[in-house]
Parts: sequence; structure tokens; C-alpha cells
Amino acid sequence: MMRRTDVLVIGAGPAGIAAATAAAKNGCSTIVLDDNVAAGGQIWRGGIDSARTKEDPAKTKAIAALRSSGAEILAGRQVVDQPAPGVLRAVITMADGTRAESFAWDRLILATGARERFLPFPGWTLPGVFGAGGLQALVKGGFYVEGKRVVVAGSGPLLLAVAAHLQEYGAKVVAIAEQAPLRQLLPFAASLLGSSLGKLLQGARYRASLARTPYRMGCWPVAVEGEESVRGVRLTNGRRVWSEPCDLLACGFHLVPNTELAELLGCKLRGDFVEVNVRQQTSVANVFCAGEPTGIAGLEAALIQGEIAGLSAAGAAREASELYGRRSREQAFARRLEAAFRLRPELRSLAVPDTIVCRCEDVPFSQLQEHISWTDAKLQTRCGMGPCQGRICGSAVQTLFNWRATSVRPPLFPVPLEVFDSEEISISPETIVH
Amino acid sequence: MRGFDVLILGAGIVGCACALECVRAGLRVGIVERDVPGGATTAAGMGHIVVMDDSPAQLALTRYSRSLWQELLPHLPVGVEYERRGTVWVAADDEEMGEVHAKRKTYALAGVESEVLDARALAAAEPNLRAGLAGGLLVLDDAVIYPPTAAAFFLHEAVRGGAVLLRGQGADHIGKGIVTLRDGTTYAADRIVVATGADIALLPSLPIQKRKGHLLITDRYPGFLHHQLVELGYLKSAHQISSDSVAFNIQPRLTGQLLIGSSRQYGNENPGIDQRILRSMLERARSYMPALAGISGIRAWTGFRAATPDKLPLIGPTDDPTIFLAMGFEGLGITNAPGAARLLVDGLLGRVPGIDATPFLPSRIALMETKHA
Repeated sequence: MMRRTDVLVIGAGPAGIAAATAAAKNGCSTIVLDDNVAAGGQIWRGGIDSARTKEDPAKTKAIAALRSSGAEILAGRQVVDQPAPGVLRAVITMADGTRAESFAWDRLILATGARERFLPFPGWTLPGVFGAGGLQALVKGGFYVEGKRVVVAGSGPLLLAVAAHLQEYGAKVVAIAEQAPLRQLLPFAASLLGSSLGKLLQGARYRASLARTPYRMGCWPVAVEGEESVRGVRLTNGRRVWSEPCDLLACGFHLVPNTELAELLGCKLRGDFVEVNVRQQTSVANVFCAGEPTGIAGLEAALIQGEIAGLSAAGAAREASELYGRRSREQAFARRLEAAFRLRPELRSLAVPDTIVCRCEDVPFSQLQEHISWTDAKLQTRCGMGPCQGRICGSAVQTLFNWRATSVRPPLFPVPLEVFDSEEISISPETIVH
Repeated sequence: MRGFDVLILGAGIVGCACALECVRAGLRVGIVERDVPGGATTAAGMGHIVVMDDSPAQLALTRYSRSLWQELLPHLPVGVEYERRGTVWVAADDEEMGEVHAKRKTYALAGVESEVLDARALAAAEPNLRAGLAGGLLVLDDAVIYPPTAAAFFLHEAVRGGAVLLRGQGADHIGKGIVTLRDGTTYAADRIVVATGADIALLPSLPIQKRKGHLLITDRYPGFLHHQLVELGYLKSAHQISSDSVAFNIQPRLTGQLLIGSSRQYGNENPGIDQRILRSMLERARSYMPALAGISGIRAWTGFRAATPDKLPLIGPTDDPTIFLAMGFEGLGITNAPGAARLLVDGLLGRVPGIDATPFLPSRIALMETKHA
């Protein structure tokens, strides 16, 4: 099946929702594809227990605006490749199998968000260790944590939100370990007083609901204890190491952008992020990008960048330019965020020789150490060549070895082979000789 | 200026095998690699060690090379993933079954063991093949390896024996015993061996064309497939010089993954996936193995084979007495690396070669202009 649209938006998190709303309101036929079951992205993920899930009023408002804009949201679609220029292919998995759908676009907006960064340390692959955001998502989906002792560790503003959320669902959060030291976090917290009181109050609310939980700054996990599953976590503050008994560890080291689709399309990166101009346009004509893939900057930045991208894609340049000022303020926030949660060098030396770095291909740290570049390591050990295509170990090897995982290969996600001929792409049947 | 007895250009599997062979002959060896050893055509290919009978010379070289792989076997690290899987040439109908019998005879004359499978034996050997196939020919000693680690093994052994890896710069020009790298560094060598695969920038008049191929690898399905399977029609498609072609060719990896090929295209130097070709290739595979429909593909990629007009590699000296070639292996560089390396060094040292080397001599193609400074 092939559908045509003026504007195609990939991702229905805040940036994608704002982009699609702006584009549709300005007269463009607009389709939004998202790989989750419902719009909202990671930050606004809904829960199965609606009585317990307190929707952010900003989400309610954004979704309502999207619905009334005329944009069409297609959930449950994973974009896997670009079968022809100007066409993206997505797969949707139903009870009766996987189906492919192709979308031909005039303008494309990438709002693919971010994922957690995982760093390997002894025991991090044991059952009971989760990503921080990952555990939160599982809990919203029905995973039971009541009465469980949880340590939340790693880095980033997400840790407090996750801890507060887990507590709400009856978990006993025994410690929150933020790797960034107080002196690195203070300027960030102080800046919120001046410019982003809302963010500070949000943080304060989380903190209040966690009044009895120690929030340790300059503290990080060095190993998970347990043979079959987690029994505890060894934490350190650089001076001493102690054991924190727990049933679950929720651990994520801030966020890394999802740039795979942008890279597949040939968009230029600047450092780890997709390079965009003031209109949120990438280096590829008619391809725009908004939100975390352009820089980890949080919810408000995603909303404004999304709106600018949507307006730009719709040709509403003047309206877009009116938002530039607000975007600059959010970008300043992003720079402070980056400085505040910069990873400490000690995190690079947590892995021991037999610590698994690539879980798809079971590659231990010692095997990677023998190599001088990502390509060497990948070829010789197959690190990053499994089903996740390096999404997990890629950011880990970048932190550990300063190697940048370079090649993105289609399909972006594993697909059943039937997908490759189950849909129609208008390519003339030229000479295929068997 | 630093000097070597032999300077090898290109650390693909062929260059690395040549380096080891030279080191074992007591020569002082340097290897120039502009990027990652084994990172180009070596990394893109399937890793099928196969005896091919498409010409007597190819049959001799592949058979010789396969026997050298077998000699190496006790020394290969586990990571090379050498597995004696055997090749099954699959016959779709009675006409192709006729080819099976002819092929068996050719192999038998060359001392290559093979076994004719009737329809029932084929189904028993590979239950996931579709019903109604006529049979096949099982070539017992053919094998599967993971080429990047095999190249690394040759390189590591060569370096351990004293070879010097000069990494990071490609050669810019060569001639009269001098190799000049792109950064201007020069090295002197009695012999220069060009083993740059499909890259003929140093010798632009070489009759080597890039022949693009696609491959796709799946998630892990241990037990789904037991042998490397190749449709007999493969030979027809492999010999098509002019047009694009696809053929059913599937390989079981030690990891339980399946590697699915194959395609051949001339005149396309764009490394991107050609969706039309990928789709026909996978349709072809599914027509032989319907159960592939539900199997999960995790990555597709392309690579370039170095094809010569007569389908045989160029091994040996050129018009410039200091320049030797070891390139143009098309789809058989992995199989032929050890045999080619042995023939090359036999030639360098004036030793009696294990097989007739004349069919591979570059002089058979009379156009050896080199790019001089």
C-alpha cells in the first residue's frame, strides 16, 4: 500500500505532535507515524491504568490540538527503510502478521526523540536491571513493582521523575544515585530559578514525594550484586564503596538522540546531533528535524522546534520566525542541561574484562579493547551488528572508547522477509534475469 | 627511505594471505592499508569456501585453495568460524538434474568428492526447501568461514613473523620499485604486490570491473538450515556479463543466522541498496524456501566484486618487473586467497607451483600500463 501526503511526520512525541499540528493547520495534508500504540512519545507515555496515570495538562492540550488540526495519526508503525527517494516504508504488526505500508512525502519532519544511554558495569545484564525510563514504561504497561526495593541510578533529570513515578506505584525507592556532582548541578538549578520556574517546581514536587529517599549527587553504581538476579547494587561516591540491597535497579545515563533515520536519509550530523538551520531544516532538501535529535533540550524545546518545523514545512515562514526567540531561550536551557549532567570520567572504567558490552552478540569489554577503531572492532567482534543495530552498545562504546558508531544499514528495525515484496512501489519492472 | 623485499598494497584477505606466504618464505614484508584491514570486499562477502567448476583453471585453483584451507584448519582461531557445512547445488527440475550428474563427473575427475541427492534425499537434508525440487549435488568438503577474522588471522600471523603493517594511507602511485603514499611518504621494495581488490586507481588500465552484490542477514534461527545452498541457475546468472541478475544462495552461520544472497550488477558503483534488486533476490530465496517469509531480516548491505573479462584472477608479474598482481577474484577471493598467495610467492621465488599458474598470469591480458609519478 502506498499513500501520498504533503507532510509526513515521524514520531508522535511532543515535537512530532507540534509539527503535525502546525503543518495541518496551515493547509497541508499531514500524516504522523509513531511506533508506540498511542501518541505522546516517551515523556507523555500513557498507562493502562488510567485512574493512576495523571495526564500532563500540556499533553491533553497538545493532543486535542492535533486531533482538531486534521492531521492523521497512524500508531504502531515502525519506519524501516527508504524504498525510493521521497518514500519511507513502515511496518505494522497485527495479529495475522506484519504488513508494510509506504508513504510518499513532499516534506518530511523527523521527530524521532531520544533513548537512554546505558553504560556497562559488572552485573548490568542481570535480570532485575532495567533502564530508568524503561522501567517506568514497563510499570505504566502493568509491570508490578509494589513493595519492591528499587535503586534508581545514572544521570539526568529523568531519574527524579522515574523515582517519583515508581514510588506512586508502590515501589520503595531506597536510593537515587546521580553521577553528576553537586558543584556541576548547582549552576543548573540556580538558572532554573531565573528562567524556568515551572521546571524547578516540577523537580521540587518530585523531590517532595520522595522526601524520605536519599538523593545522592556525585554517586554512581560500580557493580550489581547477585548471581541469578539483582540482590543489591554497589554504589560509590569516589571515596568509599557501599552496598545498597534492592530487588530492582533502574539505571540510565541521561539520553542519546535517535538519529538513525536521519543518517539513513543522508542528513548531516554535527557531533551526535542532526544539523538543522533556523527553519529546522536538515542538510537534505525538504527534510526537517525537531526535538531531541537536534540536541537534548527537553519538552518545551521539543514543542517549539516542532512547531517551527511544521510551519516551515508548510511554507509559513513569518509565523515560524516569530518563535525563534522562545527557541533560543530553550536552547540556552539545553546547554546548561548538557553541562550539568556531563558524564564523569570514572564511568568509562567501570567495565571489567568479562563485562558484556554488546548484548546482541555477547561481546565482552576485553575483546573490544584489542581494537583501534569502531570499524575494526565491529568487523572482528560483530559488536553492534545484532538485531538492535548498535542502538544500545553504540552509545556505550562511544563513551568508553570515544568511537563513533558510523554506519546505519537498512532495515532500521528487524522485519520479516515477507515485507520485502508485500507492498507496491511503483518501480518499472526492468530486466531481472534469473 | 625504508625498504622491503615485498610491499603488498591492500590488507584484504588476499593481501593478508600474500603477506603471510611471503613472511614464511623469509622475505621482509610491508603491507599498506589505507583504512581497515579486511574492511572492504572481504567484509562484504559471504565467506563460502567452494570448489567451482565453471572453467578448468577455476576448478584447479579453487580445489587447490580449499585443500590449503584444510591444512590451515588446525591453526585457525575459533573466531574464524570455519565449519565444514558442504555446498548443495539445488536442481529445480530434470534439466538441472542433468547438470547435477555432469557436475558430479567433473568433480570426480578432479578428485573432488560429491554426492548426488535425489528429491527425497534433498528434502531430508534441507527440510525447509520447497517441495517438488528435483534434487541436488552435495559437495562435502566445502565450508563456511567469517572472512574478516580470517583476514585478521593471516595478518596477525604475518606481523608476528616480522611483517610491518603500514596503516592509514593508501598508495598514490607505484613503479620502478618505489611506492609513494598519499601523504608523500615513499618506500622502496624489490617487489610490489597490488592486492587492492576492486579498486584499480593505481593501475587504471586493468580490465577489472566492479560487480555489485547485495546480501541480507537474519536474526538467529539455529537448525533452520544445514548446508550452504546454491541454485544451479546460479552459474547461468554468474556468467551473465551484461545484465543484472539474482540467484538463490543461502548460508548458515555458526551463530544460527542466515546470510541470504545473491545479486550481480555491472555499471553500478553506488553503494546504496537497490530496492528492486534486493526485492527480487529475496523473492528468489523465498521461492526456494517459503518459510523464509516469516524470518526476521536484520541488515542488508552491498559490496563490490572485482570482475575480470575471463572470470579468472590476475596473479603474477606485469610489464613492470617490480609490479605483481593478486586481484580480480570476483566472488571467489575468500576461497582463493591461500591458493593465490602460494602461486604468487612461488612465482616470486621461482619455485615450482602446486598447480599450473599460467591461466592466471596477467600477461594473458595485454594492457599493463601503470600510473607512474
